[in-house]
Amino acid sequence: MRSADRPLSPHLQIYRWQLTSVLSVLHRATGVALSAGTILLVWWLVAAASGPEAYEGVQDFLGSWIGLLLLFGWTVSLFYHLCNGIRHLVWDTGHALDLESTYVGGWIVVGATATLTLVAWIAGIARWVS
Amino acid sequence: MMASRMRSPLGRAIGLGSAKDGVDHWWAQRITAIALVPLSLWFVASVISLVGADIESVQNWVGLPLPAILLMLLLIALFYHVSLGLQVVIEDYVHTELAKIGLIIAVRLLSFGFAVAGIFAVLSIALGSTS
Repeated sequence: MRSADRPLSPHLQIYRWQLTSVLSVLHRATGVALSAGTILLVWWLVAAASGPEAYEGVQDFLGSWIGLLLLFGWTVSLFYHLCNGIRHLVWDTGHALDLESTYVGGWIVVGATATLTLVAWIAGIARWVS
Repeated sequence: MMASRMRSPLGRAIGLGSAKDGVDHWWAQRITAIALVPLSLWFVASVISLVGADIESVQNWVGLPLPAILLMLLLIALFYHVSLGLQVVIEDYVHTELAKIGLIIAVRLLSFGFAVAGIFAVLSIALGSTS
């Protein structure tokens, strides 16, 4: 059979958006975003080891609007990647692989991400104002 | 034999079999993931408790034995996991051989570099070489 006669599987743009595929794409996207976020963690530690001047630089950045926005995005990404990562670990054991379970698990991950993010930021803001 | 029936025609012709190390990457990704579940939750909780703290309080905290040990474990598991994850993303989307290998090497080297920088920072605070 010539390759031109072969049936093609529908490409990404053809598929209707569905929870399972969106969450799969998000797992990767948040993983890449978190990889970039690790630089912030190392910067923070190195600044704390370097002295007050360097540490003030990190604090100023994290306290700025861009810094806070990055921190918020980083928190959402971390909790999402963590929860969905646990979903992946469950799949690795061979469980919950049927269609219904992938949807139930997916919504649990979405709910847990929102809850954990909310709890973390409420706790952080409460700490900040006290 | 089952093994020979499972092979592709090309695989049969070349006759090399598998390299037998295909699962290493998979396993390492899972083990670092399992380690990162408690470590990252502990880290977020710790950072929340440090909101608004000055550098002295942060240094005091990092210098305590348990936070120092857990931070270094976090850095090791995290950057190992990062390098494995980014490698898969690069392998999936970068199809020019030179760019692909170059990026994988860069990710590996940067991951090691950042991990060492973070671990050194923790050690220098914990062992009191900070002025």
